[in-house]
Amino acid sequence: MTRFIVMRLLTIVPIMFGVSFFVFILAHLAPGDVTTTLTGPYATEETREQIRESLGLNEPLPVQYGKWLSHILQGEFGKSIANRRMVAELIFPKFANSAILALTSAAMAYVIGLFAGIFAASRPYGYFDRFTIAGTLMFGSIPPYWFGLLLVLLFSLTWRWLPATGMTKIVGGGGPIDVILHLILPTIAAGAAPAAIIARTVRATMLEILSQNYIKVARAKGIRRGVILRKHALRNALPPIATICGLQLGYLLGGVLFVEVIFAWPGIGYQLWQAIQARDIPTIQGASLIIAVAFVLVNLAVDVFNAYTDPKIRISEGVRSR
Amino acid sequence: MTDAPSLHGESLRQRSAAELRRENLHIMWRTLTLAWHAYAKDKAAVGALIFLVIVVLIAILAPWISPHDPTEAVGTRGGLPGTDGLVLGGDMDGRDMLSRLFWGGRVSLLIGVVPTVAATAIAVVLGLFAGYVGGWVDQVVMRVLDVFFAFPLVLLAIVIAGILDPGVATLILSITVALVPYISRLVRTTTVSVKQEPYIEAARAGGATTPTILARYVLPNMLAPVIVYSTTLIGLMMVVGSGLSFLGLGIQPPDADWGTMVSDGRAVLKKAPHATAFPGFVIVIVSLAFSFVGDGLRDALDPRARVR
Repeated sequence: MTRFIVMRLLTIVPIMFGVSFFVFILAHLAPGDVTTTLTGPYATEETREQIRESLGLNEPLPVQYGKWLSHILQGEFGKSIANRRMVAELIFPKFANSAILALTSAAMAYVIGLFAGIFAASRPYGYFDRFTIAGTLMFGSIPPYWFGLLLVLLFSLTWRWLPATGMTKIVGGGGPIDVILHLILPTIAAGAAPAAIIARTVRATMLEILSQNYIKVARAKGIRRGVILRKHALRNALPPIATICGLQLGYLLGGVLFVEVIFAWPGIGYQLWQAIQARDIPTIQGASLIIAVAFVLVNLAVDVFNAYTDPKIRISEGVRSR
Repeated sequence: MTDAPSLHGESLRQRSAAELRRENLHIMWRTLTLAWHAYAKDKAAVGALIFLVIVVLIAILAPWISPHDPTEAVGTRGGLPGTDGLVLGGDMDGRDMLSRLFWGGRVSLLIGVVPTVAATAIAVVLGLFAGYVGGWVDQVVMRVLDVFFAFPLVLLAIVIAGILDPGVATLILSITVALVPYISRLVRTTTVSVKQEPYIEAARAGGATTPTILARYVLPNMLAPVIVYSTTLIGLMMVVGSGLSFLGLGIQPPDADWGTMVSDGRAVLKKAPHATAFPGFVIVIVSLAFSFVGDGLRDALDPRARVR
C-alpha cells in the first residue's frame, strides 16, 4: 500500500512540472507586453525594469521559467495588479472559503446521489426509479449559473427566506449560523449537477452488479434484499462510485466559480473571475495553479481509496496508468 | 439484396478499382441505413433530433423570422411577456426577448458544435497517432495531455479565455483546447484495442500498407464510440460555453448569446424574472436534446445493442 502511494505520488511530479509551465506561459500568451501584463498599465518604467530584471525577461524562456518556478516554490506568486497585495496572501484564504463551499456541495451531492441511486436501482422502473431518471436528466445538464439565479429569485427575492449575497468574512463574521444560512443556496446550486451525475452512475453500477450471477445465488439462498444490496452489491460497486465521487469533488473546485460569482462568495473562483476582469495575470496564475494542485491531489486520494478498497488494483496494477 | 455485390461471393476473382469503390459505397450505405433503422426505434432520440433541426433552422433564419431588431429597444424595460406586443416580453433594456433568443441561438449553437467538432478532429489525429504508433510517441503525447487533465475542464477553458481578448473566437479556441485531451484519450484507448484485432493482422498479412490499414480498418472501427462521445459532449459544451459568455468572456454587447442573456437578466431579476428564466431554460432543453441524440446514436452505432 505504501509502495502504491509512493509510486502514485511520483507520477504527479512530471504532471506538476507541466502544470507550472502551462501557468507560467499564460503570462506570455496574454496579448500585449508581458511587463504591462504583470504590473498593470499604470506601472512606472522603474517597476517594469524591476520585473524584467527579476524575471530575466531578456533571457531565454527556460531560464525565465526556472526563476519563476523557484519563486513559486518559495510561496511567492508575485504581486496582484488589482489589489497591490501579495497574491499568496490573497488567494490562500480564498481557497479555504472555496473548499468549504465545495465540500458542503460535494457532501450534499454524495448523500442525495448515493441514496437516490441505490433506491432507484433496488426497484428498477418503479415510481422512484422513474422519478430519479427524470431528476438526473433535468439536473445533470442544468447550468449552475442559471439554477443559482432561479434559487435567488425564489428563496431570496420572492420568499425572502435566505440571503443571496453578503458573505464577506467566514471567520469572525456573523457567527456559524450566519455562515450556514449563507451556505444553503450556493450549496444547492453547486451540488445539484454533481448529485444528478452521481445518482446516474450509482444507479447504473448497481443495476449492472445486481444482474450478476452471485447476486442470483445470494437471492436463491434466501438472503434478505437489504443485506444483498448493502453487503453484496454496494460493496462491489464502491470503486466506480468512489471514482465518480472524487471526480465530482475535483470538478466542484472549478465549477463552484459560477456559483461564487452569483452569490458573491469570497472564494478562489470569484477571485479568479475578478482577476480576469482586471487582467490581473499574477492572480490568475496563482489561482489556477492552486486549483490544479488541489484537483490533482483529490484525484490521487481517489486512486489511493480505490486501491485500498479494491485489492485487484493494488496487486495487479501497482501504479495505475491514467 | 440479390444483386448486391458481395464481399466474399465470387471469392478470389480480382476486382477492378471501380468495383471496389462501388462495393465500399454499398457497404457504407448499408451501415448507414442499418444505423438509421436502429436510431429511428428510439422515439426520444428522434424527437430530440427533430427539435434540434428546428432550433438550428430558427438560428439560421433568425434575420428573416425575428419580429424585431435584437439590439434595439422596442418595449419597456423588463416588460413581462405579452406587453408591448412582445410574445416573450422585453429584456433589461426593452429589447425583444424572442428576437434575442433567435439571434442568440446562432452563437450558442456555434460554441457548442464548433469546439466539439474541432476538438474531435484534432483528437482523432492525435489519439490515432499515439495509439497506433505506440512506444515513446504514445508516452510523450499522453503525458502532455496529462498536464491538461490536472485542470478541471471548465476552469481550463475559463483561464485560457480569460487571458486572451474576449470574443466568440476566443471562446471556441479555449473550449477546443480544454476538450482535446478528453477525446484524445478515448481515441487512443479505442485505437489500441482495435489495433490488436485479428482483422488488422489479416490486413497486414495481406500486404496492406499502414495508411491503408489506418484509413480502411482502424479509423472506421474506432470512430463510432468517438462520435457518440462527441455528440453527448455538444450539449455539455453549450452549457460551458454559455457559462463563459455569462462571465463576459464571449460575445460582447449589444450582441448576445443565451449565456449573456442569462447574465443580463440579473439586472432585472426581481422585476422581470422571464429575462433570466427563458434563455436558461432554452440552454437546458437544447443541451438535453443533444444528449438524447447522443444516447440514440450510442444504441444505433453499437451492433451489439442493435441486435437486442
